[in-house]
Amino acid sequence: MHRRTIGSSVLLVLYVMWSGVALAATDASSAMPSAMDERVRACTSCHGVQGQGLNNDYFPRIAGKPAEYLFNQLTAFRDGGRTYPPMGYLLAFLPDDYLRKISQYFADLQPPYPNADQSAVAPAVLAAGQRLVTQGDPARKIPACIACHGARMTGTQPGIPGLLGLHASYIAGQMGTWRSGTRHALAPDCMHSIAVKLSDKDITAVSSWLARQPRPADPRPAPASGERLPLACGSQPQ
Amino acid sequence: MKPTLRSPGSFRALLTTVLAMTKRRRAHAPFASGLLAAGLILAGSAALLHVSHTPLIAEARAADTATTSAPGGAADTRPDIVKRGEYLARAGDCVACHTAPRGKLFAGGLAMETPFGTLYSPNITPDAQYGIGTWSQDAFFKMMRTGRTPDGTLIYPAMPIAQYTKVTREDSDAIFAYLRTVTPVREPNHKHTLRFPFNQRNLLYGWRTLYFREGEFQPDPTKSVEWNRGAYLVEGLGHCTMCHTKINMLGGSSQSEQFAGGLIPVQNWYAPSLTSDKDGGLGDWSTKDIVDLLQAGISDRGAVYGPMAEVTYHSLQYMTEDDIKAMAVYLKSLPDKSGRKTGPSAPTNTNVFALGEKIYADKCAICHGEKGEGKLQHYPPLAGNQSIEMDSSVNPIRIVLNGGFPPGTMRNPEPYGMPPFGQELNDTDAAAVVTYIRTAWGNHGQPVTSRDVNALRNAPLH
Repeated sequence: MHRRTIGSSVLLVLYVMWSGVALAATDASSAMPSAMDERVRACTSCHGVQGQGLNNDYFPRIAGKPAEYLFNQLTAFRDGGRTYPPMGYLLAFLPDDYLRKISQYFADLQPPYPNADQSAVAPAVLAAGQRLVTQGDPARKIPACIACHGARMTGTQPGIPGLLGLHASYIAGQMGTWRSGTRHALAPDCMHSIAVKLSDKDITAVSSWLARQPRPADPRPAPASGERLPLACGSQPQ
Repeated sequence: MKPTLRSPGSFRALLTTVLAMTKRRRAHAPFASGLLAAGLILAGSAALLHVSHTPLIAEARAADTATTSAPGGAADTRPDIVKRGEYLARAGDCVACHTAPRGKLFAGGLAMETPFGTLYSPNITPDAQYGIGTWSQDAFFKMMRTGRTPDGTLIYPAMPIAQYTKVTREDSDAIFAYLRTVTPVREPNHKHTLRFPFNQRNLLYGWRTLYFREGEFQPDPTKSVEWNRGAYLVEGLGHCTMCHTKINMLGGSSQSEQFAGGLIPVQNWYAPSLTSDKDGGLGDWSTKDIVDLLQAGISDRGAVYGPMAEVTYHSLQYMTEDDIKAMAVYLKSLPDKSGRKTGPSAPTNTNVFALGEKIYADKCAICHGEKGEGKLQHYPPLAGNQSIEMDSSVNPIRIVLNGGFPPGTMRNPEPYGMPPFGQELNDTDAAAVVTYIRTAWGNHGQPVTSRDVNALRNAPLH
């Protein structure tokens, strides 16, 4: 035990010395910052310095979502699975390796959530939303959101995103695009299959309830699970 | 002479417009298609009346000669030839048009929207039914040289036929050999959906008479081997002129304006001049800077952006040092000797300048430096940057509104991105900051107005 402490101290001293050398070397060799936060200014000017999203439905939170999910979205914007011209334009000529690195960078960030939605919504609507999220609607063969997105609704590794920390209107907008088919995922496109069964009322209920949920104690996505998903999803191969 | 819609020049310009419009994937055409359409009909009719058959005879002769001198119809697919063919296909940027987003390699199907309808690039994989699997290398060469498919059909000039005609037989054969080795894809071609009369391929006879000069690149014996290699690549496979030659809606696209730059219709980016250093020419650039720009996408003088980012991404980054250098030597020789813009900066409204200066300090200086010096090579300098000083304000305005990443290349795999500012700057603010960077630090650009900015807010983003 004692020996281990000494060992740790030596390592620490070495680390500090190395850091100092590394910093000095960086200063001397180039004034160009190489950190990812510099490289991704084109992302963070809209999605926030920490990827937390802006108070604007067009620029959602991207921080803390599984890296594979983010990578799937970036390639979809680049190659046509999702259509949002400003994103497609920025990503058009970026190679996969770099997009994976950008995805990992934002996946590793866990900034605070925005304040939960306080707008007035009828309790019955919220109750219906909670029911769909936690139990689904077996009669209509709609699975519970948490069956895939995790009991904490923070997503599941590697490809399923969290549902918290987003604006209600952003969530509703995405469900609308899944339903209309303008947003696609890797086939089989499970979210499209689900969204076509949702009414406008369902979408309002689910998105209103989700936007009111507080940040859980552990905001990280749940680890990949061997449990079978209620339906096959190309983004989460099993 | 004032150009008219009936003049041959205007006809060529109009067809050049079609060609440029169709160059880019998912191109849209949100403007005066009626004028263009009317012009094309008039000019087309006029041109058809005056068609001489001489060029056609010449084409046929060239093709016959090629056939008889050819070593045979089968592709020579020895590995070194295939490898060379792949390289040359990169130089010609075939993939940019012959592969659809998320589509299979060279299976075509890329939609190219024009005011006249939609063209779809064809499948050029070796599939016998849907691709070019039944073609001989003679047929492929004949297509490259004459701009006709083996059954004699005239190819729409969305394909750079006026440039590819310059490609040598040897290079054409190598490209064909490479295309024989890619995976055959059983996907039928989409039918073009051009409206009448643009679906009448005979109209292309007029275009060809005026614009198509069949024949292999002829080296200039007074120039170096390197210069000639560069000229061959730039004028031939590189088909740089498709964007870098001025396109005037009412005519005036003459040979003398070759490489003089111009607005690319539909895409709404300005292709800089390659012949005047006052407006983008590379005459006072070092060869190294040109090589860096083309191959890495970034340089000490600026970065590629807009449609040029695509060219570097798909094509130029793969070129050898020697070939890129040859292109640089040729490009550097193009500008006239009149030099860069000189004299004092343009006067601006003091309030606008002050507003622009404040916005610049607030949002831009962190990367581009307090005096527009940049941080080489990732944050381009703005002082003395021709992209900023150009007569056309389209590019500086669009870069401020839309931002952009240089392409991710082998030499610069993780580029630094410029944020879009369109969502946080209103037209007045954006105009002020663009006016500032165009007139500060001794720059020679002209001020821009909020109306100029507003007009580009809806420019297509692809």
